[in-house]
Amino acid sequence: MRTIKVSKPINNKNKKNTVVKMPAKNKTSWDGYSIKPRKEMPDGLWLACPACQHMLYRKIVDKNLNVCPECDAHFRIDGPTRVKQLVDVGSFEEILADLTSLDPLQFEARGVKYKDRIKVDDDAKGCEAMLTGKAFIRGRGVMLAVMNFGFLGGSMGMVVGEKFCKAVDQAIEESLPLIVVSCSGGARMHEGVVSLGQMAKTSAAIGKLDEAGGLFISILSDPTTGGVSASFAMLGDIIIAEPNALIGFAGPRTIKQTIKIELPEGFQRAEFLLEHGFVDMITHRKDLRKEIGRLIDYCGK
Amino acid sequence: MTNYNTTQYLPFEDEIASLDEHISRLKADNRSRAIDLSAEIRTLQAEQTALLQKTYSTLTPWQTVQVSRHPKRPLFTDYLSLMVKEPRQLHGDRCFGDDPAIMTILGQIGRQKVLIVGQNKGRDTKEKIKCNFGCPNPEGYRKAMAKMKLAEKFGLPVVTFIDTPGAYPGIGAEERGQAQAIAVNLMEMSRLKTPIISIVIGEGGSGGALGIGVGDRLSMLEYAYYSVISPEGCAGILWHDGAQAEKAAKALRLTSKELKSLGLIDTVIKEPLGGAHRSIHDTVYNVEQYIIRTLRELKRVKIDILLEKRYRKICAVGDSETMIRRLKSKKDLPAKPAIPERLSAKAQLEKTAQQEALEKAK
Repeated sequence: MRTIKVSKPINNKNKKNTVVKMPAKNKTSWDGYSIKPRKEMPDGLWLACPACQHMLYRKIVDKNLNVCPECDAHFRIDGPTRVKQLVDVGSFEEILADLTSLDPLQFEARGVKYKDRIKVDDDAKGCEAMLTGKAFIRGRGVMLAVMNFGFLGGSMGMVVGEKFCKAVDQAIEESLPLIVVSCSGGARMHEGVVSLGQMAKTSAAIGKLDEAGGLFISILSDPTTGGVSASFAMLGDIIIAEPNALIGFAGPRTIKQTIKIELPEGFQRAEFLLEHGFVDMITHRKDLRKEIGRLIDYCGK
Repeated sequence: MTNYNTTQYLPFEDEIASLDEHISRLKADNRSRAIDLSAEIRTLQAEQTALLQKTYSTLTPWQTVQVSRHPKRPLFTDYLSLMVKEPRQLHGDRCFGDDPAIMTILGQIGRQKVLIVGQNKGRDTKEKIKCNFGCPNPEGYRKAMAKMKLAEKFGLPVVTFIDTPGAYPGIGAEERGQAQAIAVNLMEMSRLKTPIISIVIGEGGSGGALGIGVGDRLSMLEYAYYSVISPEGCAGILWHDGAQAEKAAKALRLTSKELKSLGLIDTVIKEPLGGAHRSIHDTVYNVEQYIIRTLRELKRVKIDILLEKRYRKICAVGDSETMIRRLKSKKDLPAKPAIPERLSAKAQLEKTAQQEALEKAK
């Protein structure tokens, strides 16, 4: 440890020749003469936009619907926040909040049991990977299902499938439009073929809704891939995507590994899908409520 | 010395391989020399049978995956040539192109005219490259759907053969909407007005397999596998190491036996001793008998009842009390504030009038 002597302070006559220990320079992160790299801020008040690296005050971001005020990047948000942003204040009435998986496969990976895993996630986030319920959006009654990315990557397991089907059943029964916000990595592999079965289950339920003449608006947020995009998310009567959301079947990493070439810029983003004709519109998060309300007026019953 | 063996042995079959070699050498000696070795050969063959039985009755999940990927395992084209009379292949999805990885064929199995949809992996390298190693593109799924609609129109039952590692992950496939193609297939197959039987004959990999695998009956060959993700993919994500596929295969419960015990598939079709690749004809015969039996069974049911049953069967996955449970702790959560009553202006006026009347009465 290097030490340096500090000369006698002028104001404070009591302290004599104090020896201050200087912390050793961390040479790996800073070479000593270039501009010092910005340190990551502690969690809480400030956050850095992953797209434009601007430092943003969290309260402003929250007020701006978790969209970067500088570059309009749409951040991922968890289920409860999404519900809060989407519905009329206090109108969300959750159904089947108390479902949980019993882990029929007794899945275990690297000494971590799936049963314990969902317990931890359940305590932290307070809900499964999907929230369903009845709500009002701009005064129009809807059946709402919102995926929660915070819970195991929003993956679709049997609880999600069951909640979704019950929501569809209720939508048919009460002839309400069904609004689904997808935000998921795909099927939950901890549940094996059961989660694969949920793809068929949710799609079949949408088939029933379609036969009953119900409206289904599917909203794709970042990310919607795998088993979710290959089932109900792509079956919407109207499909809305958020700007720059990752939407596709296989993830970009898988594709890169398989075909071993660089992927083009903007590949699998919402704009790419709009160009190829798989989404109806791209809507900014602040306009989402307005657009849904208008579409229900046009197509709802 | 010449090698008389043409079979390819899997890593766990070393003992069987050495025994086989011994037998073939003895057989050659028997032919060339004047000594009679047939008794010895017979005892060795009995030993070999016992060994095969022992090995194949205690296969680990990873070994099952290896058997299902055996290069000599019968492919869809083998079933086609041995089982189907008067096959007529239909090409093209009428939108973009024709995908050789999914074949759609009108033909006859037993006495029943059917539409056969099958995933083809290809036997030699040239064929394999043509079929993307059995990974279908969106046009394959769209073709399958178009031909299934045709079958629905003319009342032909549909039989699908599943054998794919997964749908193709490529730039073109994403551009043409792989996810959308599979999603539409899932929805339409769940309500197609004709009986559908699906059989997993080799690999059943995730959405790619499910894309033609929704129907009234789902069955598997004994040493096939059916999974939500390939064992390598699962190991890559959860173990951060693709080499841990053996552990992943065990955790995923992808063998026919375990899926049957979980109630996720209907039937396990027996394979001949030592796997389907040891006797292709026996395998095809078993599958054919299964198809004929099941079609007879399904044709007796009225189509509306069949569709209702199919829907209930699809919805029953992950529905039972053994799989899903209600949390007790969350039942006692405080009730959420009720939604204020939404009344029309007229109703509101009436309500206030009523309240005023009540107050006056007081």
